[in-house]
Amino acid sequence: MALLEVDSLVKHFPGPRGRTVKAVDGVTFSLERGQVLGLVGESGCGKSTLSRLILQLLPPTSGRVLLEGECLSSLPPAVVRRRRLDFQMVFQDPYASLNPRLTVFSTLSEAIAARHPGMAGNRTACTEAVAALMRRVGLDARAMRKYPHEFSGGQRQRIAIARALAPEPRLIIADEPVSALDVSIQSQILNLLQGLVRDLGLTMIFVSHDLSVVKYIADDITVMYQGKLVETGPAEEVFHHPRESYTRRLLEAVPRIRFGGDRFSSG
Amino acid sequence: MLSVENLQTFFHTREGVVRAVDGVSLELSKGGSLGIVGESGSGKSVTCYSLLRLLPMPPARFEGGSAGFEGRDLLTMPVKELRAIRGRRIGMIFQDPMTSLNPYLRVSTQLTEPLRVHLGIGKAGALDQAVAALQAVGIADAEQRIHSYPHEFSGGMRQRVMIAMALITRPDILIADEPTTALDVTVQKQVLDLIGRRREDLGTAVIFISHDLAVVSGVCDYVHVMYGGRVVEAAPVRELFENPLHAYTRALQRSIPALQEKGKPLYTIPGMPPDLSRPSPGCAFAPRRPARARATCLANHRPELVEASPGHWVQDCPGCRDEGLDDAF
Ligand SMILES: Nc1ncnc2c1ncn2[C@@H]1O[C@H](COP(=O)(O)OP(=O)(O)OP(=O)(O)O)[C@@H](O)[C@H]1O
Ligand SMILES: Nc1ncnc2c1ncn2[C@@H]1O[C@H](COP(=O)(O)OP(=O)(O)OP(=O)(O)O)[C@@H](O)[C@H]1O
Ligand SMILES: [Mg+2]
Ligand SMILES: [Mg+2]
Repeated sequence: MALLEVDSLVKHFPGPRGRTVKAVDGVTFSLERGQVLGLVGESGCGKSTLSRLILQLLPPTSGRVLLEGECLSSLPPAVVRRRRLDFQMVFQDPYASLNPRLTVFSTLSEAIAARHPGMAGNRTACTEAVAALMRRVGLDARAMRKYPHEFSGGQRQRIAIARALAPEPRLIIADEPVSALDVSIQSQILNLLQGLVRDLGLTMIFVSHDLSVVKYIADDITVMYQGKLVETGPAEEVFHHPRESYTRRLLEAVPRIRFGGDRFSSG
Repeated sequence: MLSVENLQTFFHTREGVVRAVDGVSLELSKGGSLGIVGESGSGKSVTCYSLLRLLPMPPARFEGGSAGFEGRDLLTMPVKELRAIRGRRIGMIFQDPMTSLNPYLRVSTQLTEPLRVHLGIGKAGALDQAVAALQAVGIADAEQRIHSYPHEFSGGMRQRVMIAMALITRPDILIADEPTTALDVTVQKQVLDLIGRRREDLGTAVIFISHDLAVVSGVCDYVHVMYGGRVVEAAPVRELFENPLHAYTRALQRSIPALQEKGKPLYTIPGMPPDLSRPSPGCAFAPRRPARARATCLANHRPELVEASPGHWVQDCPGCRDEGLDDAF
């Protein structure tokens, strides 16, 4: 059975002056356990909205999401809360998604204890687990008593990743998880995620505008355009034989090392 | 146009003094474009915030240095004068869109405010200009969309609203902190072209922070590489890419994902970023170097920048300059 089934999902927002924004407009796909799906598409095409719908953080206008054959929206709230630990999201905007009044230690230990309630009272064990988690995402564990605003943009992004990994989820939707990271730390995070996929069978939807990163990490790529999925296929194939003109345009605009200092243009 | 000398910005926290920026010098000329790349947490954003004094003080404090702009020091001038420069003469695009957008105000209000306050433009005129500014960054349906609130935009659209806001008063200097991280490549190109036109047409000078080396290579004429609160290398862009002299710069180039093979683990720089509250007395990059290189890194005094060839500066640490030791064990 597929781990995740998305069936005809639709989300319409009321737009300005009585118009409707069709953010997600009939999306259907499924994902097997251990599979990594790269989700790409232009800014505003509906990637973050689709992610939120899948994790029930936003009610759909219509359509269903099945996790291991179960429709979460039909389960009692207590069950949903427990099941939700298995499905985590790394949000696009790390600052807005972290509680500014909690130290990194509090944020992460809470997330760990959600999975291991026995740890809640054990401060030593908690500290050790938090430190281990921080090191895995390349953060100095000595910074665990700091608050989110005391970190740099890329450090905050890694706190958000650590928090999503803390409850040992089975599905992660990572929305631009490495966009603010320098290339070396970006590689460290990608290696970490790839290890979890390989060793623990983690399933992942990886949203990114960085096509070389998506190509590296994803088995399959799906291209979204104006609320719809327009092209899906194995990563290599979509890259080398794009069928849709939008996909081709996307590939052509990828910046390469090139010196145009005087012209200031990227493509 | 802007001359930063030996800037030092420290945070005085419960756990000690964080030396976030520790002696950074930059030189920006009219129409020029200066890139800053470097490790996450190396002080790129704090450098830029310092120039506009946007850091909470305390905990932040300037421990030294100056930032000359038209013969005045931005770090010490009265706040009232600085306010006239901020947003009008120097525009800034922040790394985190939501820190500079007000969630309770419509985008139209936020975009027209600088025009009305700084330039005294009337309501209708300001709205027209704001719509045009949104169209210029590729927001479809801008006449309608401008009346929405920030949370009704996507991540990349919010980032573009902020870019439009920073450019709308036609500043002389644009500070862009990771301005295109949330943009797909087609929109990114449009935004970079827009900034490029501003440089050509109005002589806007740009400080461009990015971790995307490909973007930096196309956009900047001169690049500074930061590590642990300091500049480890600075050179004209082509020279930096073709002839990197510092081990950190070389390691960064090696980590570019496009150059790597699928399925194999990606190259990463070994070790951890330096702890900025316990600065090493010697070369800060030494712990990240292979053992044999480390043995020749400066241990007791900090490496100073030297001009290795005209315009190409590098921290003078033997263990980091010697490329032959990059893979030594
Ligand atoms: N709460 C909301 N109210 C109204 N419109 C919304 C809301 N949230 C999203 N939208 C709109 O839905 C569309 C899709 O937004 P979404 O955030 O899913 O895009 P995205 O693909 O994640 O883009 P990006 O790459 O820029 O992050 C956009 O046009 C956006 O303005
Ligand atoms: N308010 C603060 N209190 C204490 N330390 C801080 C504070 N703000 C930033 N720092 C520290 O200062 C250092 C420099 O931060 P800065 O935001 O300049 O990094 P950056 O180079 O922009 O990194 P990134 O690429 O991740 O955005 C970081 O190590 C950060 O932890
Ligand atoms: Mg998004
Ligand atoms: Mg930063």
